Amino acid sequence: MDANVDMIMVHDLTGPLAVEAFNKIGVKHVWDNQKAVIILDHQVPAESVKAAELHKMMRRFAKEQNIRLYDVGKGGICHQVMPEKGYVLPSTVIVGADSHTCTYGAFGAFATGIGSTEAAAVFATGKIWLKVPEAVRINVNGEFQKYATPKDLVLHIISKVRADGAIYKSVEFAGPTIRGMSVAGRMTLCNMSVEMGAKNGIIEPDEITRKFLEGRTAKALVPFESIKSDADAAYEKIIDIDVAGLTPQVACPSSVDNVKPASELSSVQVEQAFIGSCTNGRIEDLRLAAQIIKGKKVKDGVRALVIPASKEVYAQALKEGLIEIFTDAGALVCGSTCGPCLGGHIGLLASGEVCVSTSNRNFIGRMGSTEASVYLASPATVAASAITGRITDPQELEGSKA
Amino acid sequence: MKVTGTAIKFGDNVDTDVILPGKYLVLIDPKDLAKHALEGLDPAFPEKAKKGVIIVGGKNFGCGSSREQAPLALKYAGVKCVIAESFARIFFRNAINIGLPVIECKEISAVVDAGDELVVDFDAGTIQNLSKRKSLQVVKLPPFIQEILSDGGLIENLRKRSNKK
Repeated sequence: MDANVDMIMVHDLTGPLAVEAFNKIGVKHVWDNQKAVIILDHQVPAESVKAAELHKMMRRFAKEQNIRLYDVGKGGICHQVMPEKGYVLPSTVIVGADSHTCTYGAFGAFATGIGSTEAAAVFATGKIWLKVPEAVRINVNGEFQKYATPKDLVLHIISKVRADGAIYKSVEFAGPTIRGMSVAGRMTLCNMSVEMGAKNGIIEPDEITRKFLEGRTAKALVPFESIKSDADAAYEKIIDIDVAGLTPQVACPSSVDNVKPASELSSVQVEQAFIGSCTNGRIEDLRLAAQIIKGKKVKDGVRALVIPASKEVYAQALKEGLIEIFTDAGALVCGSTCGPCLGGHIGLLASGEVCVSTSNRNFIGRMGSTEASVYLASPATVAASAITGRITDPQELEGSKA
Repeated sequence: MKVTGTAIKFGDNVDTDVILPGKYLVLIDPKDLAKHALEGLDPAFPEKAKKGVIIVGGKNFGCGSSREQAPLALKYAGVKCVIAESFARIFFRNAINIGLPVIECKEISAVVDAGDELVVDFDAGTIQNLSKRKSLQVVKLPPFIQEILSDGGLIENLRKRSNKK
């Protein structure tokens, strides 16, 4: 089917190829400049002359086409800025030239990642061809234990579904635990649905969604009652999960479905601990990490990097005194960027080094050297590990009062 | 459309970070990208691919990032086609959009050894292994995707269509 696109986003690493492709199509103007957004986030501030040239190219395109561009210091990580600035609304179709565009399903939008050439075609036509995906439903019940989080839940889900288990499918998260979950937690779940191959992740919008969106958009919201899964919807698979027994989980190198309980990895020494990214750089994540780090010190030999996902998150963390807690502990707080997550910019790893990270991928070479290792975990687990210098279940740290 | 080449084999979940590491995403010339193609798994790959190769992959080929630089790097390194047991969806679409032929074949890893000479016939929906004298039937790509591929990519296809109007 041909779908009309309600919003398209490109960033500094996918935008330049899209601009080049757009110029080749021979169309002068984007189909609707109010429906396109450019966010510079992957390599900001520019880490090289090459990156600076790409940023310059994107600024020029934004000016020519009169498209809103969030520049250095004005926005942050694209998937945080898009909902914050009111571009993500329930029941809309959003495409983004970034694989984690699926994050916006947390607000009941259909959102999926595309490549640069396809983004150029959308710029020109406002349309995209899509196959209607099969659906997988994940019903979540139960209450989280202390320091078990939506990140632990999604790692657990990926370990069950596997990295290729949801290719081309739509993954719906439902059930009482999801209904009680913050927007931040829902975004973490939908964000990582692409790590099981999914086309999109989706959650029914509700009062929690409405509260987040209020004041962020001038547009009238569709009544949420109409944005529900059909009672007789056909699912290719239904998975039931109870989080009551879920402990902190860690994805080990070098695939996201290689998941073990954090408590079984306490012999793994770490050189870097990274809290941030579009997966776990929100204020709720920073609060959780700060709660664990407060009054303690980052272990000698460990670099702890904290990167708030957006300017808004940074400002809020500053107001709440979280930035001070991190710096007092010896962590480095950086400006909003994707940073170490994709290994293009700041916080790269040397051969033989280990990073425990709140980001979303642990592939070979993801964060620098092909001989480095990345372990994925929640902000609580990464914070606890920064203090002990080895992968640490935050529940254990609590017990020992270390 | 027919594509021929020597098989180079990889396993499951070949991700876009090993196909084209993030640190090279600032490179914009496809020829520069090609120098780093598959560097994460085999730094000698660009040299091996020069003669024109067909990649045979396992499940979930191209998983991870939406970076179009990944299929671009493969194409300009000399990869004529990627055959995999299954593909990650964004990579699959990107490959087609930049004119790198891709086709899914569940049995491919079992019937091809590295170094085998392959012929992929997209019109007939067949993969021939000349070295093993075997032929496989595959599900054909829909006609509009075949058209994008034979035009050399989505942009060329859009230009052709807008010229016809």
